[in-house]
Amino acid sequence: MNRKSLLFHDSLYYKYCFGEDHPFNPVRLHMTLDLLEHMKLINNNQIIKPDLVSEQLLATVHSQQYIDAVKQASVDPNYISTTYGLGTDDTPIFSNMHEISSLIVGGTVKAAEYVMEGECNHALNLAGGLHHSFSTKASGFCVYNDAAVAIKFLQHKYNARIIYIDTDAHHGDGVQSIFNQDPNVLTVSFHETGKYLFPGTGHIHERGEGEGFGYAYNIPLEPFTEDDSLLTVINEVLPELFESFKPDIIISQNGCDAHYLDPLTHLYATINTFAEIPKLVHNLAHTYCNGKWVAIGGGGYDIWRVVPRAWSLLWAEMNEIDITNNQLPKSWRDKWSVNAPTNLPPTMKDPKNMYEPVPRKPEIDDKNLLTVKKVLHKA
Amino acid sequence: MLVDEIMKREVITVNPEDSLATALLIIKKHRIRHLPVVENNILVGIVSDRDLRDVCPSRLVNEDQDDLLQNTKIKDIMNSNVITAHPLDFVEDAASVFYEFRIGCLPVIQKGKLVGIVTESDVLHTLVELMGVNQPSSHIEVEVIDEPGVLADVATILRDLKVNVTSIYLKPSANKNNKALVLRVQTMDPRRICTEIQKAGYPVKGPLGLS
Repeated sequence: MNRKSLLFHDSLYYKYCFGEDHPFNPVRLHMTLDLLEHMKLINNNQIIKPDLVSEQLLATVHSQQYIDAVKQASVDPNYISTTYGLGTDDTPIFSNMHEISSLIVGGTVKAAEYVMEGECNHALNLAGGLHHSFSTKASGFCVYNDAAVAIKFLQHKYNARIIYIDTDAHHGDGVQSIFNQDPNVLTVSFHETGKYLFPGTGHIHERGEGEGFGYAYNIPLEPFTEDDSLLTVINEVLPELFESFKPDIIISQNGCDAHYLDPLTHLYATINTFAEIPKLVHNLAHTYCNGKWVAIGGGGYDIWRVVPRAWSLLWAEMNEIDITNNQLPKSWRDKWSVNAPTNLPPTMKDPKNMYEPVPRKPEIDDKNLLTVKKVLHKA
Repeated sequence: MLVDEIMKREVITVNPEDSLATALLIIKKHRIRHLPVVENNILVGIVSDRDLRDVCPSRLVNEDQDDLLQNTKIKDIMNSNVITAHPLDFVEDAASVFYEFRIGCLPVIQKGKLVGIVTESDVLHTLVELMGVNQPSSHIEVEVIDEPGVLADVATILRDLKVNVTSIYLKPSANKNNKALVLRVQTMDPRRICTEIQKAGYPVKGPLGLS
């Protein structure tokens, strides 16, 4: 194996676009790819083009009625269905919605296949991570659930045990619901509590149902959690789950909307969090899964300052390159600052004292630790 | 919402002639705390788990207690002055009866017959369903003046933005002249909604005001 990590990507991904004013903007993907190239972190032979997922495979997760609705929305610009969550404010329709979404799913599936076949150790599909999509409904900017389809694929073809790790600031409700009754998929979601934030679910007591009881974990975190508490919590929970579940492969969702600058959330993480999470997952992959690790993207709504850096850190970690102290190339900043409404950051690191200290910090840390104890049945 | 919509229709009961031992077995088996006492379909009394335990001999006494448990009849220990509800009562009325009389259950009587039972837990569950999250949505809390028309104002903003509301309630605010209007809206990005509501003069409470 000479290629350790591969990136699954196609410029067609940029057409997964809900419109200029919509927060889920594919420009972030373009900027990230461009940053990787400017920083010489990726070779052309590390980029693999995805295939469209077959409708048969798609139907292992999504109902035929829903797939048909997405197809109809692909060709009818006036299509609206609240039943299927299409044509709504969150998930407006765009042309070729079915094909583009199928390509993203195909990317995550192919990434999983390459990892299982030993073509690479780790694989990344940044357009994936559409974790709010349900089997019969689009929700929260997500049409098809790429992680869920890839998990079904891994089950059918390899009979694998899968751990799904979700560190997006929003609860991974779609993936959880699809595998709620499945004891061979462990889903774990770290997210800002639903007190204020979408989708409102992801309570500690959601632990799966029936056969799957005990195979869903939810760690809801307080607003203003910040790096230290967030990383402490993740470090407390993940190794324990790996030790007891013994997965064959990891699928990790890498939403980077927990960052302080993110306009939709209130977790106050800094860029350090997005360097540390991949490091931990990477370690766990080698300790427990023979390195088998599929990483996918997710949320991230400060597309100019946060997403390209966070996802470059992820890719760098997958390739065992430390870029945490790097400058961002001037060429890249000059190119993208033309359209950016804000200054692009000069370094990978966040500026010191990016925000005022949070006065309730001890209280918040304490509450989060208590949550962890409850989740792990230690309180 | 009516008691009829939330009551349990299959009521587990005892007969006045049943023994204490029988009643204890029933509440243990069904994991319930209240037993209506029924004779010929007519409610004649009620016993709670506490009533039953109060008359049980101490476990610390090492003597054979079987006789006592077998010979004590429910009719001798039951409370025959029972507070009841009707299927057409409002759930909030049932809730205020629980609160006022500090009781845990209400047998539901219609035309003299026992037709159901509603417990504190049933009411609590109703509340959980009313205030909980049944669809992916965001939470918005608006501070409004307690006067006519404000709800319509806020509702108009939501209509104009074409946002679906999945749940809504008003609760008392810390400021006596105000109310807190709590909404769940079906969107992942509530920024525009919050901005418009603020612009209309109603403060939106963010997570900073959580504590």
